[in-house]
Amino acid sequence: MTGPSTDPRSAGAGSPAAPPPTRRGTEAVMLAFAVVITLAAQSVVDITLTGSLRPELATFGGWFTALWVVMHLVVRRFAPYADPLLLPAVALLSGLGLTMIHRLDLAGEQVGATATREDAPVQLVWATLGVVLFVAVLLVVRDHRLLSRFAYTLALVGLLLLALPAVLPASISSVNGAKIWIRLAGFSIQPGEFAKICLIIFFAAYLVDKRDVLALASRRVMGLELPRGRDLGPVVVAWMLSILVLVFERDLGSSLLLFGIFVVMLYVATERASWLVIGVGLFGAGALLAYQFFGHVQVRVDTWLDPFAYRDTGGYQMVQSLFGLGTGGLFGAGLGGGRPDEVPVAKSDFIAAAIGEELGLFGLVAVIVVYLVLVERGLRSSLIVRDAFGKLLAAGLSFAIAWQVFVVLGGVTGLLPLTGLTTPFVAYGGSSLVANFALLAILVRISDAARRPATPAVPPGTPPRATFVDAPTEVVKP
Amino acid sequence: MTAEIVLQIFRFGFLLLLWLFIFAAFRVVRADLFGGRVGRVAAVPPRAAAPGRRKQKGPKTLVVTAGPLAGTRITLGDQPILIGRADDSTLVLTDDFASSRHARLTNRGGQWYVEDLGSTNGTFLDQQRVQGPLLVANGQPIRIGQTALELRS
Repeated sequence: MTGPSTDPRSAGAGSPAAPPPTRRGTEAVMLAFAVVITLAAQSVVDITLTGSLRPELATFGGWFTALWVVMHLVVRRFAPYADPLLLPAVALLSGLGLTMIHRLDLAGEQVGATATREDAPVQLVWATLGVVLFVAVLLVVRDHRLLSRFAYTLALVGLLLLALPAVLPASISSVNGAKIWIRLAGFSIQPGEFAKICLIIFFAAYLVDKRDVLALASRRVMGLELPRGRDLGPVVVAWMLSILVLVFERDLGSSLLLFGIFVVMLYVATERASWLVIGVGLFGAGALLAYQFFGHVQVRVDTWLDPFAYRDTGGYQMVQSLFGLGTGGLFGAGLGGGRPDEVPVAKSDFIAAAIGEELGLFGLVAVIVVYLVLVERGLRSSLIVRDAFGKLLAAGLSFAIAWQVFVVLGGVTGLLPLTGLTTPFVAYGGSSLVANFALLAILVRISDAARRPATPAVPPGTPPRATFVDAPTEVVKP
Repeated sequence: MTAEIVLQIFRFGFLLLLWLFIFAAFRVVRADLFGGRVGRVAAVPPRAAAPGRRKQKGPKTLVVTAGPLAGTRITLGDQPILIGRADDSTLVLTDDFASSRHARLTNRGGQWYVEDLGSTNGTFLDQQRVQGPLLVANGQPIRIGQTALELRS
């Protein structure tokens, strides 16, 4: 009658009497490790290129360390159960990015170009803004489920941000053909980066609402349970949105990113593989259309298929990037030992090529594995968080990072056509960095909710709590 | 010459450092997977072991009256009953409309309260959607997806 004894050791799913560890100490150690690696990298770059440590290194080191100390303390205070690896992974990535940007700054000075810009300090300022936004998001969003209440507002904001550069005159919104910028008074931001987050939040809330309908199957074709025709609406809308972005903003990257995220979130929400097939089909159709009708897509595809045939024109970047990666080989030329500045826009779009040249295959793979750790932690939070919205949101945000890394690295290594997406946290670019810090804040918030015990910790000395297991059941056939 | 050696040390030393970071990260992941049971712990309800439980006329069994599990009977103790698709639930439902941690029945001083655990499709007590904890009377139907349950004395 009384069920199981209250001894947790005898119970299958027993809970430890002690509260689960918050693992903030682990986070601090890993953060320190990441900061040490960054400072080591900066020192190596300075010594290799100039023969001595430059005085600014101390300022940089202090500033960079301060950023992570602040992040760590805020997380410790406001999201104590957050995953211990999210922050260190991002610290290492942004540290490596800052180092490569600094290294390219130095290369520019050495060549003696007339108007060299020091981009690394600018990027550090952007990172600081990112940290401010991170703290703000973490403070305002005390429970990620709050976000689902604003889903439709955020969708509107996201669409506005997405559409803004398209309607603005090209003089303020167009850089190198892509109309995805807003340039005002010396600042240039890419609103699409923020739109991405707003839309992921909306997708998560919307799909949690509608997933039961979208998971309904109509008939089986070749082992796939196809959805009903009328349920194709949302995916077609997302597809058309992506096409519109491609047409009016001439940006392959954002278009691919948005559609990919929607299809994968649809798949995660409904567990129906048929959505992936439909997504790939729609993507194929869209790609064919785009190739037929848009010059800039044709250029991208042609230079992808045979970069060396266009080495003096559209394929120059690609060719230089491949040469850089080839020079790097397995172990790289060493930080400061290569010529990554030979690749145009090495600081933003091609920073992965610069890393590959100087750190080699081993270094580039290390960077990819750090991304993998970041994404894995995000997905793990998604698995253990208890509400469906949080699950879908964490999965969407993690996938957004993974997808971006895949598309960018695919572009740099010649696997995919070039897209103009940024390498998250690494590449030079303020909007991308700041927006990704906001994304990180949401992930940290969800992982905190996922790992937080549902009850306040038990004070020591109280008897172990009861468990759910094996209340005696018997089946009585009516 | 020495400069060259130093550069080589830097080159390989830095790669080593990067990979050491990754191995440290993997150790943390591993400790998470096999060390603590983060996430599971969460299912433990507050104040489950209410001290000094009284012997009184409260309900003694939970009976499934409709759905695939109809006929199942669970003897009530003073442990809370977790209902959902998760394997560690007291009553494991196989119902597409049930969430993995769907609802919980808790004993507070001999009376049973039903509580929805943020399920997708809701828990209904007598047609009324359960928002906060609600007192369940004997024979009052609790509906979760296709399953209906009631308390009996």
